[in-house]
Order: sequence, then structure tokens, then C-alpha cells
Amino acid sequence: MSKVMSVEEVAAEIESGMTVGIGGWGSRRKPMALVGGLLRSNVRDLTLISYGGPDVGMLCAAGKVRRVVAPFVTLDSIPLEPHFRRARQGGTIEFTEYDEGMFMFGLLAAAHRLPFLPTRAGLGSDVMRVNPGLRTVRSPYEDGEELVAVPALTMDVALVHLNRADRRGNAQYLGPDPYFDDLYAKAATCCYVSCERLVDTADLLKEGPVQSLLISRSMVTGVVETPGGAGFTVCEPDYGRDEQEQRRYVDTPWEEFHEQG
Amino acid sequence: MSRADVCVVACAEAFRGDGEILAAGIGGAVTVLAARLARLTFEPELLTHDGVCLLTGDVPALGERPEVVEGWLPFRDHLWLVLNGRRHVMLGASQIDRFGNSNISCIGDWARPKAQLLGVRGAPGNTRCDPTSYWIPRHSPKVFVPQVDVVSGLGTDRGAYDLRRVVTNLAVLDFRTPDGSMRLASVHPGVSVAEVVAATGFELVIPEDVPETREPTAEESRLLKEVLDPRGSREREVAA
Repeated sequence: MSKVMSVEEVAAEIESGMTVGIGGWGSRRKPMALVGGLLRSNVRDLTLISYGGPDVGMLCAAGKVRRVVAPFVTLDSIPLEPHFRRARQGGTIEFTEYDEGMFMFGLLAAAHRLPFLPTRAGLGSDVMRVNPGLRTVRSPYEDGEELVAVPALTMDVALVHLNRADRRGNAQYLGPDPYFDDLYAKAATCCYVSCERLVDTADLLKEGPVQSLLISRSMVTGVVETPGGAGFTVCEPDYGRDEQEQRRYVDTPWEEFHEQG
Repeated sequence: MSRADVCVVACAEAFRGDGEILAAGIGGAVTVLAARLARLTFEPELLTHDGVCLLTGDVPALGERPEVVEGWLPFRDHLWLVLNGRRHVMLGASQIDRFGNSNISCIGDWARPKAQLLGVRGAPGNTRCDPTSYWIPRHSPKVFVPQVDVVSGLGTDRGAYDLRRVVTNLAVLDFRTPDGSMRLASVHPGVSVAEVVAATGFELVIPEDVPETREPTAEESRLLKEVLDPRGSREREVAA
């Protein structure tokens, strides 16, 4: 009944060539401890699906990535992600660039097991030019409007970090924004949750209302307790962003930063 | 009266008449201040947010938390609101062309960019679904280009929903021309039309009489200085 695992055990489940969705947003509540497990493993050729932050940057820097699917990669308080930039400018990764709203519809489609969802976001922009595989669909109703058919962002694995979870994988956010972590869990074949603290199921509602129970155990394969596991990204109310550490990440050559751990 | 105050007021004017919709200033400090100033003065029904996920019941200073919260707007609802359209967004741009197509994605060939920037973010959907304005703190031919490298935000020739105005450190521009191309609407006090033309890398429509951008009222200057931005962040954002 317990799904408690270690970071290394989660990393061992992820194989080269897999598609991995990573929760959070920019430099906010990213599952950095789980990402660290991937950095130490031999995995490569990953396709990452992410509202991208240092998760994408680090995996690019470590040569783990074949393709990034994202509407942006940013560190929020530092707008441009250095390692993602280098990978793009060096031509070492492929990039599927979507509008933010398109990306959400891709997650929603996958979560609902639909092949696509239609939206206006993306029409007329170069998102259509740089993703020649994107198709449009015409409304079958009287309006006849042409819309982008955003394909489902299905994924082999989702990695998310929440504030609390129980040993069976019920997971809770206590900060101001759920981001899209529930959608990643629902869009993935296997979802691994890391959390600040494992608690008894009976204690989940002691810290937050029932609406804070974001992810159900039926969507979760494994759960890992990783205090500080989103650092240096923000994980309110447990901690804010470690701006000093984020600055050090940007200013330090990757090999050096990575070796220092 | 500082140039920065003129710019904030010119951005605030973009929200005039918008009523009970979200004024989303997400293109820098000046755009945040503009939304809040408009709400505190001539457009009191506007909704404003804290830059994270709260709709504020009061109008706090830049960087301060609100004391009163009137709503919750996490990213998923912000993305819903973009499609819903009850929102006027003020964006930034690294490049913009004469029809208002904008780029925040990358510079150079998309397949192998010379400089990777943010990515398109929400610009395609924002400009397709919502009234959109721009704030460009450094008006130069590097930003105002004949052709953007990547169309992130749509121009009037690509189906933009409603491009309202472009405010820069030098001038206010709009798209009120027969073909929807960019027009010089006003120059800021102390700026000449020739300066704006020289700083623009494409041919602007120049009306016979170009008015001057209005100066802040005494109350607007006071609100900026004493209430909304006592630390003067706006001054650091505006190119001299």
C-alpha cells in the first residue's frame, strides 16, 4: 500500500528516450530533487514537457535532452535561462514551442484522454510556422471557425513536487497556486510525487482545506519525501526562492556547479 | 515632471474606458504602475493583480503585498481569462514591426537562433483574444524593425484582436490608419518628431499635426511618488 520510494529508485524507472513532464512553472515549485536524480543517472535523449525553468536548464546542461516542449524557459527573477539558451543557440536540442494557453490545452487533452483540444491561441503566429505538424480544425457548428487542434501532451512520466503527501500518494499543495501539477499527473502513464513532508492521511486536512488535495493516489505511482526538494525554486509556504543560489547557478559554469552539488 | 511619469500616464491612458476587466501589466514596472494608476484615478472599475495570483481589493505600492484580496487568479485561470477576453494586457517586446507583430521568442533564425530569448510565452493567445498594448522602454531601430524574426504576438495584418497603443520612452504610437500600420499618435514633452523617426527602423505614418503626450496631473504625480512607487522603480526602467 505504501508507495514510498527514494530519489534514486524514481530515477531508475526513467529510461532513455522517454517523454517526461515536469510540474511547477518557471522557477516555482519545481521537483528539483527528482531532477537531481536524473542528472546523476545515465538516462539521455529525454523529451521534456514543461513550463520551463531550471529543471529544463539543468537537464540540457547535462546533455540529457533531445527535445523540449515548452512555451518558455525562464528563472522568473532572472528572465533568461542560461543553459537552455546555450543548448538552443548551439543547436544541441530540438524545440517544440507552444503558446502558454495551447500548452495547457495539450495537458488538458492528455488528462482527458482526448486526441486534441481546439483553441484560438497560436493562430496567426509563428507557432504555426515552427511546428509544421500542427493542424487546424473547423468548428462543425454554424460559426465554422477555424481553430488550432492542440495535440494531447501525453507523457511516460510526470515529476511533480508538492508540500505534503501521504504514503499512498495523495498530494497536497499549500501555496497560492496549484500550477498544473494535477494535469501532469493525469496526463502521464506514471506520476512520481516528491513532497516536503510525508504525513498521515488523517493529518492532511490539518494544514489545508480539502481543495488543497490536488492529486489523488489513483494517479500516483511513487512518492518521495524530499525536504527542500524544490530548492532553489520557490515552494511557498515552506520556503521562498533562494535568489542567491539561483544567481550562483546562473553565474557558475555548469560542471563546477554540478560537482559542488 | 519626469519622463518616466509621462510614460506611466501614457500607459495608464491605454486602459481608459476599459471598465470592469483585468488590466494586466506584465511588461515591466511601468505597466504595473500604469494599471494601478488608472484604477486609482479615471478607471476605478478596473481589476488589478499582484503579479502572482491575487486580484487585489486595494491598490498597493509596487512590490508590496495587498492588504485586501478580492479574488484568486492562479495561472490556470489567467490562461482561461486570456481566452475569455475580459482583460487588456500590456506586454513588452524585443522586436516590433509596423503592423505591431512582436517578438519575444528569439533573435535570428528560429531553427538555430543567434540569441534565444524567453519563448513565445502567452503572446500568440493574448494578442489573438485580448485588447493588447505595448510598453517599450528603449525606442530604437533594434526594436522597431522592418520584420520581426519570430511572430510571437500578432499584428493588425495577422488577426490581432485589438491592438490599442505602443508607448515608448519617446512617444505614443497607435494603429489608427486605413491599412492598420503604425502611426505616431503623440510625442512626449521635449521629444521631436525627427527623433522618433530616427529611432524607428520602418516608415511610420506621421500625421500633419503631432500632438504632445499629456503631462501627468498633480494628483497623478503625487500618487506615483507617494503611494505607488516611492522607491522610484519607474525611473530605472525608462531610458534617458
